[in-house]
Amino acid sequence: MTEGKRVLGPDDVRRATTRMAHEIIERNRGLERVVLVGLQRGGVWLADSLGEEIARIGQPVPVGSLDISLYRDDIGRRPVVPGSVSSLPSEIDGARVVLVDDVLYTGRSVKAALDALNDYGRPDSVQLAVMVDRGHRELPIRPDFVGKNLPTSLGESVEVDRDGVVIVDAAETSARDGGSR
Amino acid sequence: MSARHLRGIDDVGADGLLRLLDLTDHMAEVGRRANPKVPALRGRTVCNLFFEDSTRTRMSFDTAAKRLSADTMTLAVGSSSVNKGESLRDTVETLEAMGVDAFVIRHRSSGVPWRISEWCTASVINAGDGWHQHPTQALLDLYTIRAERAARGAEGFENLRVGIVGDIRHSRVARSLTEALVLLGASVLHIGPRTLMPPTPLAPSTDDLDAALADLDVVYLLRMQLERIDSAVVPTGEEYSRRFALTPERAKRLGENVLVMHPGPINRGVEITVDPAYLPGSVITQQVTNGIAARMAVLFDLLGGVDLDVGSPAIGSGGAAS
Amino acid sequence: MSRDAQGGGVLLAGGTVIDILGERRVDVRISGGAIAEVGERLDAADDEVIDVSTMVIAPGFVDLHTHLREPGMTEAETIETGSRAAALGGYTAVVAMPNTDPTQDCVSVVDFVRAEGRRAGLCDVHPSASITVGRAGERLVPFAELAAAGVRIFTDDGSGVQDDGLMRRALEYAGELGLTLAQHCEVSSLTAGAVMHEGECCSHLGLPGWPALAEELMVHRDIELVRLTGSPVHLLHLSTARSVELVRAAKADGLPVTAEATPHHISLTDERLRGFDPLFKVNPPLRTIRDVEEVRRGLIDGTIDAIATDHAPHPGHAKERPLDSAPPGMLGLETAFGVARAHLDLPLRDLIALLSWRPAAIAGLGHLHGRPVEVGEPANLTVLDPSVEWTVDPDALASRSSNTPYRDVPLVGRPRHTFLHGDAVVRDGVATR
Repeated sequence: MTEGKRVLGPDDVRRATTRMAHEIIERNRGLERVVLVGLQRGGVWLADSLGEEIARIGQPVPVGSLDISLYRDDIGRRPVVPGSVSSLPSEIDGARVVLVDDVLYTGRSVKAALDALNDYGRPDSVQLAVMVDRGHRELPIRPDFVGKNLPTSLGESVEVDRDGVVIVDAAETSARDGGSR
Repeated sequence: MSARHLRGIDDVGADGLLRLLDLTDHMAEVGRRANPKVPALRGRTVCNLFFEDSTRTRMSFDTAAKRLSADTMTLAVGSSSVNKGESLRDTVETLEAMGVDAFVIRHRSSGVPWRISEWCTASVINAGDGWHQHPTQALLDLYTIRAERAARGAEGFENLRVGIVGDIRHSRVARSLTEALVLLGASVLHIGPRTLMPPTPLAPSTDDLDAALADLDVVYLLRMQLERIDSAVVPTGEEYSRRFALTPERAKRLGENVLVMHPGPINRGVEITVDPAYLPGSVITQQVTNGIAARMAVLFDLLGGVDLDVGSPAIGSGGAAS
Repeated sequence: MSRDAQGGGVLLAGGTVIDILGERRVDVRISGGAIAEVGERLDAADDEVIDVSTMVIAPGFVDLHTHLREPGMTEAETIETGSRAAALGGYTAVVAMPNTDPTQDCVSVVDFVRAEGRRAGLCDVHPSASITVGRAGERLVPFAELAAAGVRIFTDDGSGVQDDGLMRRALEYAGELGLTLAQHCEVSSLTAGAVMHEGECCSHLGLPGWPALAEELMVHRDIELVRLTGSPVHLLHLSTARSVELVRAAKADGLPVTAEATPHHISLTDERLRGFDPLFKVNPPLRTIRDVEEVRRGLIDGTIDAIATDHAPHPGHAKERPLDSAPPGMLGLETAFGVARAHLDLPLRDLIALLSWRPAAIAGLGHLHGRPVEVGEPANLTVLDPSVEWTVDPDALASRSSNTPYRDVPLVGRPRHTFLHGDAVVRDGVATR
């Protein structure tokens, strides 16, 4: 992980994941027709972790992933780096989809994910789970489940994985992954 | 930043080819959906400029552009006398003034996409120029080989042995595919009579299909233009078939995992005298299906991220520009 | 003819004369269309003095191979614009190729070309005539009648005479009249649809090839026909290593065979076609580096007698067609000296020989052009700046067309003044008319 200000450690991430798993179970009593969908690429590991936790606490739910690179509204203004091919584990029609991403920032990725999801079917409801909400929303989108609310400045970027959450200077990372998150 | 092009395999390079194949996976996934359309290229305009008739390739590109939500314009000049008198440059400049982001060009003369790329600021995609290059065909062939071999438990292009059979000399398909396969580490054998080989070989070659057959993973049959027979490049169509067609006898000798490919349209009874539908290794239909996904990948790579001078698009980052 | 005939002459002061006699530092006085005086530190008297120190005074160049395109294709070039290009290139005489429309195959067309050349007054225009009527390769032209009209060189250039028997008869008939047949060596059944040299490059580019053999077969045939008939043949624009070898052997046998090579065949290879730019399409085509080296060697060792431009103008739109349908040919007159100087490792005098008195002799113009710079000789001269560096700007060329393959190429050496029968047709690199 890049040098920067560490705000959460591995234990914090694990605890936050467990808490979010509980909240998802509570909100969706019975977990019937719940599908976890991680956004490529950053949300996939978190969807997997949440899926494991939910299975441990309650019962297994299908976990899939969604690549949104063909739905971005900034095509032509950033490099195209698609992740793996989208893989949705079950019918989307009538499902209760929980979109999962590592960081919620402008909201544009979530908007693209909603558009993409729409092309696969018509879910009953869509909820949003993120490990970090760093603010600076540009669209009317809010998360349903949050690991950590983290005020940041525009000049920073946030890196999240199982080992923790780090805030770094945006200049160090933008050249590598094509933009701050 | 100047426009990037896909005029020949030269414009891509090995890494670029592999990236385009990965991107094709995404596009193939789109194609499998009930609504096979994504908004990726909304607001972009793709102009299909076909100076030579090719309904199949034109429709494949057109469908690819539409599945990415690009607007399309099509000018099919055909093989009529129009393109002899009219200046190519005037045509292109006029169309570009209407706002074109990419030209898809098919022309019966080798090199036309290179010339056009000097006269316009749009991206140029070669949909076949003369005997020279047909890079999207090569891409869809590579994709088909990769996908179909994976389905049969084999991976990678290293150690892959591909035999291309027939009229190599006049084939843009053979030139692009040979170049691409060699870049990815495969070995290519050209099979046909000396009169259908280029003056200087582009790959090892033989005129003995029967001897070569045992050592191939892919048998790629080229379309045999009937006018070549008329112009005495081979004595008769029958003799050609006897020596170089995939006959029922030869088909029986193919290993069970050997792929049989053809760029289409097939001259039945000339280069293939067995119904490909009954060949277990025939992936000719898959080639057509994959054509749309491969062309979507190319369009998206060229038009999806051209303005930002970072990152590494597949095309134009690894190959030599000319 | 000279403007200066009645008044004071011109004194070329401080230069070096290089001609067939050798090299010497002398001043040259031109008056009345002729060289009036040659010597050290001549008195200016009434003459206009042109300082030519650091420069070389040489007999004017003679191009054996110029396409002036008139009559018939004046969009590409006219006799006037082509003559201007020639004068700027240091040429005082050009042999105009007969593939005009109508063909230069009869006295009326030949007379027209000669008269237009005289009217332009920039360069002596010597029309050649075709060997066969309409260059169709079937019937012979009236050689004697055309010879009486002043034609010395006959050629079907653009294509070769394919029929062996016809070529034999042409040689027998024309040889007797003291005429020279010039051959464009190309066996057409081997070059159907050809776009570029047949080899590795064309195999990659998917273009129909023009095999070296198609030239060599005809070079060989014509050499054997010369052996049979005793009549002279001039071989145009040799482009292959084996052609040079065949000519070398023919000369060793004492046969009356002469040959020329172009500046582009000693400076460019088929690799230039990789961008598919028709500016590099020419007939015979650009060949491999090995061929280029052998053609250079042929010029250096005297196997090839002359540098000839094959100046072939085409309008811009024709060169914007696809490579296979674009016409072959490139400009040459204004760049020949600079290109040859850069690509031939020869003393200046030997280079001037290839451009001046050797081609003059082949064209039957040895009495007027390529003469020694001596008193009484016609003042057909070029003054060369042998070390000036310049860059080719296609739009700045005097030719009506701009299809030079040397765009933005830096060259060294350029003609600075040209005198035609004593008349300064080019002064300080600018045509005076």
